[in-house]
Amino acid sequence: MSTEKQLFTISVYTENNIGLLNRISAIFQRRHINIESLNTSPSEIEGVSKFTIVVNMTDENIKKIIGQIEKQVEVIKAYYHKDEDTIYQESCIFKMQSDLLFEERQIQNIIKESNARIVTVNKSFFVIEKSGRKEEVDLIYKELKPFGILQFTRSGRVSVSKQPMEISQMLTAFN
Amino acid sequence: METQTIKNKDTVTKVTEKISGSEAIVRCLIAEGVKVLYGYPGGAIMPVYDELYKYQDKIHHVLTRHEQGATHSAQGFARISGQVGVAIATSGPGATNLITGIADAQIDSTPMVCITGQVPSHLLGSDAFQETDIVGISTPVTKWNCQVTKASQIPEAIAKAFYIAKSGRPGPVLVDITKDAQFEEFDFAYEKCTKVRSYVPIPKTISGTLEAAAKLINEAKKPMIVWGQGIILSEAEVAFKAFVEKAGIPAAWTILGASALPTSHRLNVGMLGMHGNYAPNKLTNECDVLIAIGMRFDDRVTGDLSKYATQAKVIHFEIDPSEVDKNVKTDVAVLGDAKASLTAILPLINESTHTDWHQEFKDLYAIEYEKVIKEDLYPTKEGLTMGEVIHQINVESKGDAAIVTDVGQHQMIACRYAEFNKTKSNITSGGLGTMGFGLPAAIGAKMAAPEREVVSISGDGGYQMTIQELGTIFQQKTAVKMVVLNNEFLGMVRQWQQLFFDKRYASTEMTNPNFVAIAEGYYLKARKVTKREDLAAAVKEMMESKEAYFLEVCVEKEGNVFPMVPSGASVSDIRLC
Repeated sequence: MSTEKQLFTISVYTENNIGLLNRISAIFQRRHINIESLNTSPSEIEGVSKFTIVVNMTDENIKKIIGQIEKQVEVIKAYYHKDEDTIYQESCIFKMQSDLLFEERQIQNIIKESNARIVTVNKSFFVIEKSGRKEEVDLIYKELKPFGILQFTRSGRVSVSKQPMEISQMLTAFN
Repeated sequence: METQTIKNKDTVTKVTEKISGSEAIVRCLIAEGVKVLYGYPGGAIMPVYDELYKYQDKIHHVLTRHEQGATHSAQGFARISGQVGVAIATSGPGATNLITGIADAQIDSTPMVCITGQVPSHLLGSDAFQETDIVGISTPVTKWNCQVTKASQIPEAIAKAFYIAKSGRPGPVLVDITKDAQFEEFDFAYEKCTKVRSYVPIPKTISGTLEAAAKLINEAKKPMIVWGQGIILSEAEVAFKAFVEKAGIPAAWTILGASALPTSHRLNVGMLGMHGNYAPNKLTNECDVLIAIGMRFDDRVTGDLSKYATQAKVIHFEIDPSEVDKNVKTDVAVLGDAKASLTAILPLINESTHTDWHQEFKDLYAIEYEKVIKEDLYPTKEGLTMGEVIHQINVESKGDAAIVTDVGQHQMIACRYAEFNKTKSNITSGGLGTMGFGLPAAIGAKMAAPEREVVSISGDGGYQMTIQELGTIFQQKTAVKMVVLNNEFLGMVRQWQQLFFDKRYASTEMTNPNFVAIAEGYYLKARKVTKREDLAAAVKEMMESKEAYFLEVCVEKEGNVFPMVPSGASVSDIRLC
């Protein structure tokens, strides 16, 4: 069993309950596990929410964490995957001064080469959006930084697994 | 008024009645079979108390003297009866005072439902008088909790609360109900909860694991059983005894598992852990197969995990999948309810006696008896020992009493030496180690089982943490027997200071009040013993009393509890002195 830390994507299917975010985040907090990113959204099943949580931890500890998450009454099922077993994306947006767009040709090249897009332009600022893997987001950030970024936000990871997550069958079997 | 509602898509019609949310709460409790609940009134829960007044012939509310006492009483009630204990409190400080008991119930898997009043929903988040985010505060220490802001949500929330508290691995739940929801009228109908779709109370046993476990057990030369409260919670005592006897395996218990198998049973080899018996601790590191049933390898049981039973194959019978491999890596995990698993494995087990192996336990017991037990129970030196008091209680109870302890030296001594003939007889705060647990827990235990002798044993420290519950005992006329083993110290901490902090007794010495006068202030019978020659008669008088009785025994000031596995040491490094 590996004692080296690595990134895992945890997918938690839950009932849509107000207090559950607290309950789940407390599991990590109590054990001093830093959450790299967290995203909550509806899932493919009506009325079922999905938490996508990225953490950096050992193989042994991730199993214990999954056990603690699944133990929560309103958690339907939790899965964990290594990066190579998921398709994942994150998204980021940059707000920059508008004059840069016309004065610095390089910015247009960066946008083009990184498959980013311009969301909006007005007299004072313009906004670039980029979706991709973490490294791609890191790269465009690094490239744009010298020009002066007014605001920058990146989203949590969203992911789907390569293997099926047999959650629908589970719920069908229950009902 | 009666109305008819249509439930879901089905055309099942239910008869409903228009009542207030607060009446609904009381009717839900009655429907769940609750006859006694413990609590303390206040602003945000007053509508419910008004209904409790109306329904007092059906449900008995016990006014404790502090909300913490209400939770511990509910816990004592649950632990002796196996039923759900119920505590009720108002918002704000009433609710926060429940937290210690809730945390205790969580770590000791005790089924408990707590109901708290909350400020009206339009004031939520406004820092209103006695508003506190009790759902947020109680989240990490409850199995489940929720807030109700509409009367119509009350029946479902309470039904779910009872189901979740009691099913699977039990635990505490909290339902927080706003005052406007208590006043609101709605169409009431009650239906018990039997399932929650996201919740699997009892996991399926993985195919082949029972057979694999049976094979390991049958091939073992030096098998050892370590059992916990799981046996008691699943009411598996009969199946467990049959299993132990057929397999002929020495069996040792965790503090919460005590009394699931009678103390006198020939295969009961004693208590595990820090102040447990010598043989089971030593031989944990010599057995070839360790069979853990309904226990969770708490650090007080295992000592240093890296030196815990590393030579043994480990089988873990467990209802909570998150406990498997949490602390000790298992070779075979048998998931499921202990009673079902033990019943299923019995036919697969070969009859055996393991006589030579069992002799090793007896030999080590003989050493422990000579070096520790003899002097504890039949002391020759001057001061009274805690052990001889417990021994005297055994003499009078003949092992039939339920022993409720607080936390500390007296707890370890009581658990080591109390004799138990019946299950559900050792009620103690194990996981959380909550001083102040004993006295209120004994109240709940005695009320749940009035036919049983209930003896609460406390130290002079813990007793004073919830001493105000003497008022509850007096008001309710609860015939609890109370023993305080007074050494004028916070004894367990003092023992550690002596052993590990060069006798620097920082803030452990107690200047105590006149305990007898305090008990008498509550009009309770009370007696104090300072000499050995008075002990037997005093214990006899206490045990024969038909009403509550307080007995203070002044024991030696600096007595220590041995054996001891020092914190962080291996179980096999257990010290006898």
